[in-house]
Amino acid sequence: MPSLLIQNGTVLDPSRNLEQRADVLVRDGRIAAIGQNLGDADRTIDATGCYVTPGLIDIHVHFREPGDEEEETIASGSAAAVAGGFTTACCMPNTKPALDNEAQVEFVLRESERVGLANVYPVGAITKGRAGKELAEIGSMHERGAIAISDDGVGVADASVMRKALQYARMFDTVLMQHCEEPTLSGGAMHAGTVSTILGMPAIPAEAEQLMIARDLLLNRTIGCRYHIQHISTAGSVELVRQAKRLGQNVTAEVSPHHLLLTDETCRTFDTHFKMNPPLRTAADVKACIDGVRDGTIDCLATDHAPHLPEEKELEFQYAPFGIIGLECALPLYIKALVEPGHINWMQLIDLMSTRPAKIVQLDKGTLRERADADITIIDPKARWTIDVEQFAGKSRNCPFHGWQVTGRAVATIVSGDVKWNLAHK
Amino acid sequence: MTESKAVWNRKHLLGLEELSAPEIGTILDTADSFKEVSTRSIKKVPALRGRVVVNAFWEDSTRTRTSFQLAAQRLSADTIDFSEKGSSVSKGETLIDTARNIEAMGTDVIVIRHPAAGSAHLLARSVRSCVINAGDGAHEHPTQGLLDLYTIRERFGKIEGLKVAIVGDIAHSRVARSNVWGLTKMGAQVILVGPATMVGKSFEAMGAKVTNDLDSIIGQVDVINMLRVQFERIKSSQFPSVREFTRMYGLTWDRFQRCKKDVFVMHPGPMNRGIEISSDIADGPQSGILTQVTNGLAVRMAVLYLVTQTQGA
Repeated sequence: MPSLLIQNGTVLDPSRNLEQRADVLVRDGRIAAIGQNLGDADRTIDATGCYVTPGLIDIHVHFREPGDEEEETIASGSAAAVAGGFTTACCMPNTKPALDNEAQVEFVLRESERVGLANVYPVGAITKGRAGKELAEIGSMHERGAIAISDDGVGVADASVMRKALQYARMFDTVLMQHCEEPTLSGGAMHAGTVSTILGMPAIPAEAEQLMIARDLLLNRTIGCRYHIQHISTAGSVELVRQAKRLGQNVTAEVSPHHLLLTDETCRTFDTHFKMNPPLRTAADVKACIDGVRDGTIDCLATDHAPHLPEEKELEFQYAPFGIIGLECALPLYIKALVEPGHINWMQLIDLMSTRPAKIVQLDKGTLRERADADITIIDPKARWTIDVEQFAGKSRNCPFHGWQVTGRAVATIVSGDVKWNLAHK
Repeated sequence: MTESKAVWNRKHLLGLEELSAPEIGTILDTADSFKEVSTRSIKKVPALRGRVVVNAFWEDSTRTRTSFQLAAQRLSADTIDFSEKGSSVSKGETLIDTARNIEAMGTDVIVIRHPAAGSAHLLARSVRSCVINAGDGAHEHPTQGLLDLYTIRERFGKIEGLKVAIVGDIAHSRVARSNVWGLTKMGAQVILVGPATMVGKSFEAMGAKVTNDLDSIIGQVDVINMLRVQFERIKSSQFPSVREFTRMYGLTWDRFQRCKKDVFVMHPGPMNRGIEISSDIADGPQSGILTQVTNGLAVRMAVLYLVTQTQGA
């Protein structure tokens, strides 16, 4: 494999709190050296004015394969990932059929390897068919390479099944990712509040999320499984996690760009691009999520990239499916939500987008240490651009941020020492 | 009756939330002139001759559909009836496709009734025809709101300053929402009354007062609008029994005695006699229930007329 020299950039490595003007030399798919005068390489990239960071990691995406390949595939999803600066993505098991056995895990890994763009790791289902009744073969999937388990799209509703899932997953020290939503309080299309009252829309109260989080924290108190809360969205949820962390519980949480930038007010026009689950909440919830990121209650950022066809989204609001795509605009949106207002700095941003997600799913990534995998993202923090879904590499276009003016962009994405995306060559 | 200067420049009527008081006034004044048509021996004017009005109903309805149909006919429009049960999802054809197919036959106005909130808005974004919302889920039922306003104005000669109670299952009621917008814009005070499971404090954001205690306000209001009890709400635990509902929220003869002497009683229909309203009140001299139906025709004529007069319609 040809060697690569990234010149004149500013290296940002949260894994050792390193911020330094330096060159990065990559050899044999690994970081060979960071410093000055590193000699010649087969290829060079000029990173003047850019940050050179460990590759971004999104631990929550939907690549829809198998089953809904017209929305996204592992190939198109991987292309979207590298275009957004992500070198690694963890894909959720709500495919058709569900990713709930080792053959399916094997399929995702092989297909990802064949595609050869981003690292794609499968998340196995917690229960067979994600039906919430019987445990899936968590051990076999874990051995075969499932990076985590989740029934995402739904939470494990039955408390007895959930207790056993936590106990069982604990044996493998794998992380259990929960979509927190108590189904008997749910069934709506948007957040339950003033706006849903005005619109007469069936709604999902904040308590639906909080109830399952509270229950799981209680169940896990004596079990101690690695428990991860997906797409946290309410102020009450953030407070529950804050308290649990204070008590030393094994819990982590992620938040999506839309829950840091948008509120349920956007649903007033019945535009289904603002329909997602968990739903967009209130301004107070957005603020609480931002505060949670600031004080470390929320551990990482994840997009919940959920592709859908236009014809699925062009329906009555309550009949349209939940979800929006996120991979190709997440970075500037996080910058807008968190860095531009001064809530966090760039080092913290990369920590939340690379180093900490790697820790949650126990990947030896998220670092630019010598000998580490050469997964690198080069980011131009000053690039001003307009989000245009027609330019996206992924298959779907369901993005409420279309037309937004943003700042900051991945200009090159390097996976295992290979340049998989270069904005200049687009 | 106050004559306001005609203000109207809308191609669609989707809800009362987005209308201004002068726009509402224009509709009510226009309805006044159309009401007279119904008193003639030949109950027809040529205002919409050559125009096509489609009643597209995805939900059961008798009076609203009939009222729109007759209103369109009295304006000399051609009318088409289209009805489909259940959601478009289960039918395999989307709402937009269905509507575009109907429109391809050359329609000018689509009157839509649909179980999903926002469906009229979706339609208005997707077709060239004028769209009139005849009820979208629990969101709005603007022509019902307007005919209630019209009936109140006719009775009292004004709307401003009146106190209006709306009683029952507010949470699921599009009639209640359209009434709240319309009445508050026209200067009335609205009190929403029902059990806590059927009316939340979040309704105060719409400018109404909320109470769970009907008896505490019964003597203060000029108008009392009783909503229909939906029996299936017992299954979803919104209220325990019809008996208890009637005891707490029914307009019984006893409660009626404690109302203002000239209280005006309304109901959007269809009524459950003896449950939310006792028969002797519904059929009595202070009931506006049948007048509401009569006025509905004039109001819908006015709406059909106004939207089709707009440029580009």
